[in-house]
Amino acid sequence: MSVRGIGQLLAEHPFFAGLDDDVLALLVGCATNAHYSAGDALFRGGTPADQFFVIRSGRVAIELVAPGRHPLVVETADAGEVVGWSWLVAPYQWFGDGKAVEETSVIALDGACLRGKCEADPNVGFQLLTRVTHVMYDRLQATRVRLLDLYGTPRAVSD
Amino acid sequence: MPSATEARTAPADDALTPRPFVVRAKRRDTEDTATLWLEPRYDDPLTFGPGQFTMIGVPGRGEVPISISGDPRKPELLQHTVRSVGDASRALTRAEPGDVLLVRGPYGVGWEVERAVGGDVLIVAGGIGLAPLRPAVLEVLAERDRYARAVLLVGCRTPDQLLFVDELREWRARLDLDVLVTVDAAPSGWRGRVGLVTGLLAVAGIDPAGTHAFVCGPEVMMRLVADAVLRLGVPAPKARLSMERNMKCGVGLCGHCQLREHFVCTDGPVFGYDVLAPLIATRGL
Amino acid sequence: MRTQLRETDTSPNFTSRGFRLCFVGYGCVRVVAMHDGSVAIDVAGLQRLLDVLVERGHTVIGPTVRDGAVIHAPISSVAELPSGARDTQAPGHYRLTQDGDARLFAFAAAAQSWKPFLMPSRQPLHSVTSDGTVTAAEPAPISYAFLGVRSCDLAAIGVHDRVLLDRQVVDQHYAARRRTAFIVAITCSHPGGTCFCTSMGTGPSPTQGYDLAMTELLDDAGHRFVFTAGSPDGEEVLAQLPSREVTTADTAAAAEVVAGSVAVMAPRVLNTDGIRNLLYDNPDHSRWDDVASRCLSCTNCTLVCPTCFCVTVDDSTDLLGTTERSTVWDSCFTAGHSYLHGGAVHDGTRERYRQWLTHKFASWIDQFGTSGCTGCGRCVTWCPAGIDVLEELQALREPGGEP
Repeated sequence: MSVRGIGQLLAEHPFFAGLDDDVLALLVGCATNAHYSAGDALFRGGTPADQFFVIRSGRVAIELVAPGRHPLVVETADAGEVVGWSWLVAPYQWFGDGKAVEETSVIALDGACLRGKCEADPNVGFQLLTRVTHVMYDRLQATRVRLLDLYGTPRAVSD
Repeated sequence: MPSATEARTAPADDALTPRPFVVRAKRRDTEDTATLWLEPRYDDPLTFGPGQFTMIGVPGRGEVPISISGDPRKPELLQHTVRSVGDASRALTRAEPGDVLLVRGPYGVGWEVERAVGGDVLIVAGGIGLAPLRPAVLEVLAERDRYARAVLLVGCRTPDQLLFVDELREWRARLDLDVLVTVDAAPSGWRGRVGLVTGLLAVAGIDPAGTHAFVCGPEVMMRLVADAVLRLGVPAPKARLSMERNMKCGVGLCGHCQLREHFVCTDGPVFGYDVLAPLIATRGL
Repeated sequence: MRTQLRETDTSPNFTSRGFRLCFVGYGCVRVVAMHDGSVAIDVAGLQRLLDVLVERGHTVIGPTVRDGAVIHAPISSVAELPSGARDTQAPGHYRLTQDGDARLFAFAAAAQSWKPFLMPSRQPLHSVTSDGTVTAAEPAPISYAFLGVRSCDLAAIGVHDRVLLDRQVVDQHYAARRRTAFIVAITCSHPGGTCFCTSMGTGPSPTQGYDLAMTELLDDAGHRFVFTAGSPDGEEVLAQLPSREVTTADTAAAAEVVAGSVAVMAPRVLNTDGIRNLLYDNPDHSRWDDVASRCLSCTNCTLVCPTCFCVTVDDSTDLLGTTERSTVWDSCFTAGHSYLHGGAVHDGTRERYRQWLTHKFASWIDQFGTSGCTGCGRCVTWCPAGIDVLEELQALREPGGEP
């Protein structure tokens, strides 16, 4: 049985596709493996956001809570996807809750470590941020489309 | 002998005169959607092809185009899944067994599922769009060995809005049909996916060049899905969408359902995306 | 152009023994076998024509003056025809004067076409009792004779034949009225200030699709009509009218009427080159916003247009629960026309005007093989905002990207 190193796991993950090998090697220094059982919390809203999760298997749900309301799942991320960008923007705090919906394996990258690598080498920063921006773009667009409430009850539009 | 799933056209001279059908069974699907099973009071059952529709209404309460959601190979009872969005459709969702409804049809160009024979079939349903696609799914399952991979993607507002849940589970339990479901939002505790249905395409695992995609749902959703499957490499004519427009006659005479030069009722409602793309990209066409 | 001859006698198009000449990729025209033997008939003979038509069971509809305009209504005497009436038509403008000579048909398009008779504004379809018994409405047992159908309106009837008879589903009520209708066409001698049949290839002379065609002449040789039959029914009727042979002077005078009308319309030209692509390629032209700022969405144009055919369906239920369903004239300028899921697909005047003009001059060609417009000019005359489709179409040829 061969144990694949974190570097190899990261290289196989779609998020890091095309990343320069030397940049990847740098990021490995910020990475650790983590496993969650169904129902485990990855992070809680309002707490320091210092991790970026690369999902290897399973499913993570992002939930938002409003007082008096049942918590709402606003997004899920599966194998091959990533979760978390609050580590990029001060005050570096999680906005929603992250929960494992089922047995989930991730590679967690430390936020402060990543920020340090980006500041030290702009090229690392650019390659990482390009990929994060892409994810944000897709998620924002999808969220905006859901604002259209296409499946909802139609409301009359005044002329 | 014509295939059980061939599209039918109502006899030309009777096309504007409806037939009375009696509601034999009703199922409440969601708070605004119901499924009705209808039996013709006179004459033969209405035979149809997947993707066709009827003009149907409660006497005196108007008439609307509703896609047939039944099994084309079992036409004895006409099945319609109706969502209440206006006066006529609301009256239909309130019909009970024993009530008489007026039906004209079947009308329109349907999915033409046979086009996909020999290749992968990708069926993408958004919300009530699963109803017109149900006959297409049944058609593929009825002759499963004529198709390669078969994938059904279902998007919906929230888990309680999902249609045909029992049937979705049955279909998913089959080894030869992939069923992926996602919702726009869900209460905590939902263990399924939350996100846009376009997000499911990445994991659908189809061979784009050889795939036919059949898409039905709100127009914006269909456009996003069609653009996404085209980016994957599905040729535009092989992406077929079911369009909706205001219809009064269903047979090309009233002029309401025109999409530029196309009458959605007779040239559609199912169109290839090669025809549709420039038209639905133009605002207010 | 490749041509193809087709015998078509199964559909009740036109009252004549005719055949269809089809230009592949272009469309079909109906050619009625022309019969030799034009004759000249005087005003007394014209009255005899009305009498013969009544004897044959027709309700004769002809032009007459009412409320300051020439309209089409049932008539029984030539005295009811608009003798001496002259019209002045311009965008948003119609005036009638009575200062002309004794001619009976010396005006342009009447306020309405023949559409209200062949495709009435309300057409019952069926009735349903509360227990679900459906009774289809019988076609009305009426047989019209139209007196004085101008070539633009004649072409429009032909256009409606394509739309309502030549489809997957036939409009049975239109078919019944069409089958029994007797058409007396007329050469237009006094085109108005808004019409443009020469640009649309639909006039000023009627060439096909009539039972009888006449040209009115009034000169030193007297007040007379040169008549030609265009069908066996027309021949039968013509034989019953007192007439004399046509002279070379008559023929020359009739030709001059046509030439005169062509000359009057000469300044008013619509360039139809590439008009289909012009409209298809310019859905975001700034002119649409411009015309939307003037158009009132009043639907007048669609009401007076002889080829518009949109209808809505109206259910009317009585106290005993019996519902009568009828089709009722509708217009693409209404918000309800494109209503879908709580809103209108055509959500403003801009989208509706674009729909109407594009359908009339472009989509119609793909749908039915001909233009939807026959150049009668009524949409221009009866537009309260004075919008002229010729001006709008010309403006679309100018550059005009996003506003």
